[in-house]
Amino acid sequence: MSQFNEMYQGTSVRSPYARLENWVAAMPQELRSLKQAEAEALFRRIGITFAVYGEGGDPDRLIPFDMFPRVFAAAEWARLEKGIKQRARALNAFLVDVYGRGEIIRAGRIPARLVYENEAYEKAVAGFVPPKGVYSHIVGIDIVRTGPDEFFVLEDNCRTPSGVSYMLESREIMMRMFPELFRENRIEPVDGYSEMLRRTLASVAPKKCKGDPVVVILTPGHFNSAYYEHSLLADLMGVELVEGQDLFVDGEYVWMRTTEGPRRVDVIYRRIDDAYLDPLCFRPDSMLGIPGLMDVYRSGGVSICSAPGAGVADDKAVYTYVPEMVRFYLGEEPILNNVPTWQCGKSDDLKHVLANLPELVVKEVHGSGGYGMLVGPKSSRDEVERFRAKIVEDPGNYIAQPTLALSNVPTFVEEGVAPRHVDLRPYCLVGERIELVPGGLTRVALKEGSLVVNSSQGGGVKDTWVLAE
Amino acid sequence: MRLTVDHVTRYHYNQAARSVVQSHRLSPSIFAGQKVIDWEVTVSGGTRGAAFRDGAGDEVQGWTVAGPVSELAVRVQGTVETVDLTGILRGHKETVAPNCYMRATTPTRADAALEALARRAAAPDQLTLAHALSELVADAIAYRPGVTHAHTTAAEGLALGEGVCQDHAHALIAVARVRGMPGRYVSGYLFADADGLLHEAAHAWAEVHISGLGWVGFDPANRCCPDDRYIRLGSGFDAQDAAPIRGIARGGGREEMDVTVAVQQASQ
Repeated sequence: MSQFNEMYQGTSVRSPYARLENWVAAMPQELRSLKQAEAEALFRRIGITFAVYGEGGDPDRLIPFDMFPRVFAAAEWARLEKGIKQRARALNAFLVDVYGRGEIIRAGRIPARLVYENEAYEKAVAGFVPPKGVYSHIVGIDIVRTGPDEFFVLEDNCRTPSGVSYMLESREIMMRMFPELFRENRIEPVDGYSEMLRRTLASVAPKKCKGDPVVVILTPGHFNSAYYEHSLLADLMGVELVEGQDLFVDGEYVWMRTTEGPRRVDVIYRRIDDAYLDPLCFRPDSMLGIPGLMDVYRSGGVSICSAPGAGVADDKAVYTYVPEMVRFYLGEEPILNNVPTWQCGKSDDLKHVLANLPELVVKEVHGSGGYGMLVGPKSSRDEVERFRAKIVEDPGNYIAQPTLALSNVPTFVEEGVAPRHVDLRPYCLVGERIELVPGGLTRVALKEGSLVVNSSQGGGVKDTWVLAE
Repeated sequence: MRLTVDHVTRYHYNQAARSVVQSHRLSPSIFAGQKVIDWEVTVSGGTRGAAFRDGAGDEVQGWTVAGPVSELAVRVQGTVETVDLTGILRGHKETVAPNCYMRATTPTRADAALEALARRAAAPDQLTLAHALSELVADAIAYRPGVTHAHTTAAEGLALGEGVCQDHAHALIAVARVRGMPGRYVSGYLFADADGLLHEAAHAWAEVHISGLGWVGFDPANRCCPDDRYIRLGSGFDAQDAAPIRGIARGGGREEMDVTVAVQQASQ
C-alpha cells in the first residue's frame, strides 16, 4: 500500500514543511532529548494527563507529545475549512429536520428506523427548535488523509467532543520551547478559540435572556477524565465552571448559587451526557444533573450546548448518510468524502465484509476509543476468525471500512526521526456564525506501522500548523 | 359523558426537604374525544414554572417548592366532557414519529415468553391483530393488586400471571412491537361505574399505532378500548416515562406518598 508522506515527496520536501528540514538537522540528539523531557515536564505541570476523547485507560497517564509539528499550507486548509463548515451545516440541518417534520426520511433518503429507533434520538425534544436552529455547537470532525488532495471523514462528533485543550496546550508549549520556529514560519494562531467559543455560546442564548448572556460550563466533576479541559476552557472564557449541585431550577429559569445570591443562567455548555442532565426527564437515578432543567430548556428559558438529542447525527450507522445530508439540505456536493462504509446489518454488505475480512477495518456501531475494533491487515488469522464470529452473531452492531493508507508525518522516535500515521480533529463552532480556528488536534500512532491513533492504543499528539498565505 | 375529577397526591417528608421540583403532565390531552370544561392543578406552597406542549402533544407544567418542605399536596380538580371514539385518538396534534415507539425500554422489552405470546395472535389486519393481542394479554395476566410493584417488567408480569393495569399496558406494548406495531403507555383517569368490573380510577392503558388509522387505545385490564369513561393525560415509552408527576426532593429523607382519586359523572 503506497502511503502519502506529508513532508517528503520522494527526496524533495513539500513546501509547507520547507523550514522544518533544517530545524531538525540542526538539532543535536542531546538537545532533542532535553527538549522532549522539558515538554513532558510542562504537560505534567499543567496537569493535562487525561485520556483523549474519554476513551478510558489510566486517567493519570501522560499522553505522549511529539515535538515534530504537522503542517498544512494555506490552500490545503482553505479547502478543508470549507468542507468542515459544510459538513457542520448539514449535520445541524439534519438534526433540526429529524426533530421536526423529518423531510429527509419522508423523501426516502435515510431509513426511518435508523433515526427514530436510535438510542441517541431523544423523543423528549421532538418538535423543539433550539435557538438559531443549532443542535451541535461544537462539531469535532475526525479526518484522515491519503494523498495530496485526498481527505476522508472517519467520524463526526456532535455531542461534546473533547481534546481541544491538547490543541491549545500543544501550541503553548511549542511556542515556549521553540520561539524561533514561530518567527521563521508564519503560523496562524489558534489561541482565538476560547473567545470564539464564548461568542458562539453567547449567540445561542434563549430569547427570554435580556442583556449579556450568562454562560457556564457544566462538568461531571473532578473525577472526570476531561476535567482539566473543562476548567481550562472556563478559565480562558472567563465563565463559571459548575457541577449539577451548583445549579437549580426555580420558577421558569435555571439559577446558579453564588456568594452574592442566585444568578440566572442563560447558556449551559454541558460536558455530561443527555442521560444524566435531568432526573425528571431522563435517568431518574442521575445525581449529576439538574432536576427540572429540561422543562426550562423546552420552554425557552435556558440553552443547552450541545442540544439534547444531538447524538443521533454522529451515530456510526447514520454517518454513512452524511454526504446525502449535504446534498439534501444544502444542494451541494460534499467537499469532504466519507470513507466507503459497509453496514453489516445489510445482507449484501455483510456478504462482502465476511468475504474480505482480512483487508478491512471493522468497528462497533456504538463503540469508541479504538476498542472492540478489528484492523484486518494488522491482525492474525485467529483474531480475524474470532471477530468473524462476533459479526455473525450480531451483524447490526458492526460497520466495516477499507483499511486506509493514512498519511505519515515525521515523528521523533528512539532512533531519530521516522514517519508515523496521523489523523486530525478540527473543532467547528456553530452559533449565529459557523467558524473554526485554523488548526485542530493531530493524533499520531507512535507504534511503527500502526494505524490506530487512539491514546489508549499508544497514540500521541502533535501541534498542528496552518501557514498564512 | 361529563366527568369530574378530584385527584390529590400528598407527600410527607420525615425530614424537611430543602426544595422540591416537579414536572407534571396533569392536563387532559387535547383531541376530539375530550373537551375540558374546567381544570385546575394546585401545589401547596409551589411556584408555577416552565410550561409548554411537548412533541407527544402533552401539556407539561413545571413546579418548584422552596424549602423547608415537610408536607406537600398536589391537587387536580376539573371537569371534562368526553365522547366515545372507540379508542381512536382523533385530532391529537403531535410531532413524535410513531416509529420512535418501536424502541424497547427495560419494562417493555419482550423476552421469549412475550414473543411466543405475541405469535399466538392471528389476524388479517393490524386493527384486529391489536384487539387479539390485547385479549391475549388480559388472559395471560389476571388482575390482582399487590403482587407487582412500580419496577416490575412486562416479562416479569407475564411470568407471574398476575398484575395491575401497568403490567397489562407494558405487556401489550411489548407484544405489539414484536408484531411490528409501535406501542406506548398512556396515563389517565377512569370512571368506575357500579357494575364492579372497572377499577383503578387513576388508570393506565396502552396505545398501538395502526397504519392508516393512527394511535388507538387498548385497555387489557378492562378488555375494552378507551371510551367516554376515560380521560387521557399523557403518554410515554413506559410507566415511568409517562408518569403524570415526576419529582425530586433535595434533602428531606424518607418520602411517604398518599393518593386519593375520585372520578365521578357530573350531575349536570
